Amino acid sequence: MSVNPRVLAWTETDLGVAGTLREVVRAPAAVLSTVGAAVDPTSPDVVRLAADLVATMRVSPGCVGLAAPQVGVGAKVFCVDVSEHPKTRDHHGTFVLCNAEVVSGSRNEKAREGCMSVPDLTGDVRRPSRIVVRGQLPGSGEEVELEAEAFEARALQHEIDHCDGLLFLDRTAGAHAVYARRTYL
Amino acid sequence: MTLHAITVLGHDRPGIIAETTGRLAGLGLNLEDSTMTLLRGHFAMMLVCEGATPDAEIEAALAPLTADGSLTVTVREVPVEAPAPADGTSWILSVHGGDRPGIVSAVVAVIAGVGGNITDLTTRLAGDLYLLVAEVDLPAGVDVSAVERALTAVAADLGVGVTLRAAETDEL
Repeated sequence: MSVNPRVLAWTETDLGVAGTLREVVRAPAAVLSTVGAAVDPTSPDVVRLAADLVATMRVSPGCVGLAAPQVGVGAKVFCVDVSEHPKTRDHHGTFVLCNAEVVSGSRNEKAREGCMSVPDLTGDVRRPSRIVVRGQLPGSGEEVELEAEAFEARALQHEIDHCDGLLFLDRTAGAHAVYARRTYL
Repeated sequence: MTLHAITVLGHDRPGIIAETTGRLAGLGLNLEDSTMTLLRGHFAMMLVCEGATPDAEIEAALAPLTADGSLTVTVREVPVEAPAPADGTSWILSVHGGDRPGIVSAVVAVIAGVGGNITDLTTRLAGDLYLLVAEVDLPAGVDVSAVERALTAVAADLGVGVTLRAAETDEL
């Protein structure tokens, strides 16, 4: 796997605006089950949204990613930062992508996922552990393609799912693969 | 808030869940947690629903399910239970090997012996292969290595294999 240097170099200071905190919405909020709208990554609203997502992610304990629908905005924008997570291998630090999609994936692995928007449940989800993702950076609108693996790959797919109106609950591995959460961060 | 625990057990056929839940909905009862499965081909439903309808009325509404003797239904009001405090750690216990009496009791006795709580457990017999998978909460401070050693010793006596692995959740 090779890390995309452009994405790795990106930080939220590139946005040029300070993010403000937004409230995280919880299922069954309708916005979480609605396909997000494609956005213009250069629009000031999207740049502000990107900054707000990063700011909200930063103050949320254990949070490694946040998608626009989770703050009540039905749009294809999300941020991730898995750099501090113990399961992370190679990673791209903090970045925001607009209109992102998974181009290809391989090596399925199953893991138990939790989500700030579904605080009382966890579930087993099988996802590719190596993926290629394409999207646009907010602000410049620059198109980027990156390879991700392991925990970053899982986080990216979880956030892209949010942008497509899907929760991990939509992908659980079976009727017996959803669990009541017993420990909270 | 009144909760009722309902079980439906017996010969499987298409439509049991539709009929049961339809009758409960007809009484204005709200299904909360449930699990429904097949146990060696027998249909098994356990659920907790909420609503003011008295148990006797629910039993009467479900009576047609039992009319031909193929299903058994029980209805019992149950108290509201507070969720158990969670200061411990979560684990997945797997046991598999040749079938013989006493596998479950011997293995879960190890968990009970350290104050562990089993929150979900499934067993399956497939040919000669016996499988147990359980979700286990161990109290804070338990020596997990010692539990693993005890499980391994018990499993060796039974001629089965055992694994205990952390039920880690990826917070995304």
